[in-house]
Amino acid sequence: MAAIYSIYIIDKSGGLIFYKDYGSKGRMDTNDSLRVASLWHSMDAISHQLSPTTGCSGIELLEADTFDLHCFQSLTGTKFFVVCEPGTQCMDALLKVIYELCTDYVLKNPFYEMEMPIRCELFDINLTQALLKDRVVLLGR
Amino acid sequence: MIGVGKIKQYSNILDKPLSKGKQEVSLSAFAFLFSELVQYNQTQVDNIAELERRLEDAGYAVGARVLELLCHRDKGNRRETRLLGILSFVHSTVWKVLFGKVADSLEKGTEHEDEYMISEKELLVNKFISIPKDMGTFNCGAFVAGIVRGVLDGAGFPAVVTAHFVPMEGQQRPRTTILIKFAEEVLRREARLG
Repeated sequence: MAAIYSIYIIDKSGGLIFYKDYGSKGRMDTNDSLRVASLWHSMDAISHQLSPTTGCSGIELLEADTFDLHCFQSLTGTKFFVVCEPGTQCMDALLKVIYELCTDYVLKNPFYEMEMPIRCELFDINLTQALLKDRVVLLGR
Repeated sequence: MIGVGKIKQYSNILDKPLSKGKQEVSLSAFAFLFSELVQYNQTQVDNIAELERRLEDAGYAVGARVLELLCHRDKGNRRETRLLGILSFVHSTVWKVLFGKVADSLEKGTEHEDEYMISEKELLVNKFISIPKDMGTFNCGAFVAGIVRGVLDGAGFPAVVTAHFVPMEGQQRPRTTILIKFAEEVLRREARLG
C-alpha cells in the first residue's frame, strides 16, 4: 500500500511555505523542516551546474533506501515535493493535483500574501480529500 | 455581438440590439479579479466593517445595472410590483444570469415579518476564499448582498441586505445566507395591495 510521509511546498526563493506530514515516520519539527526545504532548494540549484548537458530543469526524483522523493517545479519556480515509500506509483500525478489545488485555493485567496506560509482552510480540506481519493485509487489497482 | 455575415449596419450605436453576449466567463479570471478587488479595498480601510461596506457598495453598482439589463432582456420591460415577485426574480433570474444556477433556497423569516433569506451552500464568489481566523465573521459575500440590495433598490423595494455564515452540522463549511430586511414602506404598500 502506498504511504506518503510528507509534503513540502517551497517558494521560488527557497523558503518553506507549506509542510504537512502523514504518519509517525519522518515527523520533523518546524526548524528541521525549514532546513530541509532550503537544503533541497540549494541541491536543485546545484543540479543545474552538475548536469553534463545544457537545459537541466532540476531534480525530479531522488531514490534512497528507505524513501523516494518526487519533486515538481512550476514555471514560476515554486517547488512541490513529496517524500514517500520507495516504489510508490503516481506521485507525479499527485504533485500536479497539489499544484492545481495551490493555484485554486491559495493564489485566488485575497487573504494570502505571496511568499508567506500557507494558512488556507480550503487548501487543507481539499488536499486531504485529494490524498484520500488517491489512496482509494491506488488500493483498487 | 454583431456576427460575421450580417449585412445590416447600424449608424447609431444606440440602435444596435442588446447582445446576449458570451454566456460563459472563465471562473478563474473572475476569481482573480474579485481577489484583487478585495485586496485593493483592504489597503484602503482600517477595519472589517468598513471593508464589508465597500464590497457592498461595489455590489450595489452591479445590482442596479443587472436589474436594468434583465428587465429589458428577460422580462420584456415588465416591472415587478409584488414582494414575492421581486424575490423570486432575484432568487431565480438574477442568480441564474450571474452565477449559472438558481439560488438554493428562498425562505421567509420566522421571527420578523419583514425578513427574507436566500441561502446558498457556497457562494460562487467565496469558492476559493478562506477567511483567516482573525477576521472573525467577515464574509466576502457582502459583495453579493450589495448586488441584491442594488436590484431591490432599483425595483422600488428598499431593503437592508447582509450576508451571514450559518454553521451546519455535519458540514465542514458553513452555508451562506443573504438576509433581506425590507423597509417599512414596502410592507405597508404590500399590505395595501392585498
